[in-house]
Amino acid sequence: MKKELKVSAIKDGTVIDHISPGKAMDVVRILKLEDYDNSVTIAMNVRSSLFEKKDIVKIENRELSEEEVNEIALIAPESTINIIKNYEVVEKRKIELPDLIKGILSCMNPNCISRREGTPKFIVEKKKPITIRCYYCERLMEGDEILKRLRI
Amino acid sequence: MNMKDRDIISIRDMKKEDIEYILEKSEEMEKNMEKNRNLLNGYVLSTLFFEPSTRTRLSFESAMKRLGGEVITVAEAKTSSAAKGETLTDTVKTVEQYSDVIVIRHPNEGAARLAAEAVEIPIINAGDGANQHPTQTLLDLYTIKKEYGKIDGLTIALMGDLKYGRTVHSLATALGYYNVNLIFVSPEELKMPSEIKKYLKSRGISYREISSIEEIGETDILYVTRIQKERFPDPTEYEKVRGTYKILPETLKLLGNAKIMHPLPRVDEISPKIDRTENAIYFKQARNGIPVRMAILSLVLGVIE
Repeated sequence: MKKELKVSAIKDGTVIDHISPGKAMDVVRILKLEDYDNSVTIAMNVRSSLFEKKDIVKIENRELSEEEVNEIALIAPESTINIIKNYEVVEKRKIELPDLIKGILSCMNPNCISRREGTPKFIVEKKKPITIRCYYCERLMEGDEILKRLRI
Repeated sequence: MNMKDRDIISIRDMKKEDIEYILEKSEEMEKNMEKNRNLLNGYVLSTLFFEPSTRTRLSFESAMKRLGGEVITVAEAKTSSAAKGETLTDTVKTVEQYSDVIVIRHPNEGAARLAAEAVEIPIINAGDGANQHPTQTLLDLYTIKKEYGKIDGLTIALMGDLKYGRTVHSLATALGYYNVNLIFVSPEELKMPSEIKKYLKSRGISYREISSIEEIGETDILYVTRIQKERFPDPTEYEKVRGTYKILPETLKLLGNAKIMHPLPRVDEISPKIDRTENAIYFKQARNGIPVRMAILSLVLGVIE
């Protein structure tokens, strides 16, 4: 049987695939795609196998910066990034959470010095589930706390 | 071990060898007070206290002066530079020009770490908000070791506000390096955070959680901290636990020969009648801050190795 694409292919750009179901809108928000000029296709709850579902975000004419990839790694670490050129996947990469995250989110602790000056920094303590520790105040953050503090 | 230029920010940065080394050097300092009177001659310590503190500041100043060093201090850091809108980074960068080592206390968690990033000279954290106060932990460990000649094999009970108390968090973390039995005594609302309990478990440390002094049984150390009223959302809850964690002369019957420690200041959690007993070692504990801080200052300045 011919496999049919439920979401139309893009000519050039980035496809973020294998996003955990329900997280696509967070990815859209992080990348500020609401204001993006080119087309963005969002697919949610797509069956990736008999038992698993996933979300997909396709962004035309855009490549992601390292910082953006790190942000996605924080909320959807299992996703993959495909770079598309002329309808072909020219590069496929798995998202990797760096050991140190800089600047992309603020500390949840209102009394942390990084909320007043300097650049927030976090040490990745655990990758599954993602647990990060503020480099300054040493507080642990996980799950929704991370999402809430992302600069979106 | 060379600790020259090392910042002392958090117990979490320290390996067991570092802690043991500082304790060893503290003991040498205490034995050679007379001999070391000019050890830090010509060195200048700046103390920057953005929050009031009597004991810690005086203890550091005394340690520096006993080694022949000089101390410059901002009487009230909070009302001077910070009030003019200067960033902490700029304040410490300026103070760095005047001194060889900085001791800092600040109400914001992470302040000492930020200061350490900004300057080349060593920074010693004397308390950053609710986070860390590493020299207190080192003097606590020194006190325990001095009293019993060892830390391994002891039973240590920590009592009071175990949820918010930075002293007990740091101490419990450091004790994770030793083979100890821990007892956590606190009201339900103020139990030891699960992060620390998980960490202790991962290190194979056994602990017991109880809610009254009566349940402690035999212990070598009882480390008492204050329970603050503002920690309770409901004042009636505070009223209920208030008094339950007080050490009175009649409490001693339950404690046997246990040594009682307290980071001070105390309010009413230990009756002054306890002070003269063999159990009380909290003033000795405060005195132990001197050799420990003397050792730390000499180590980070690279004058001793």
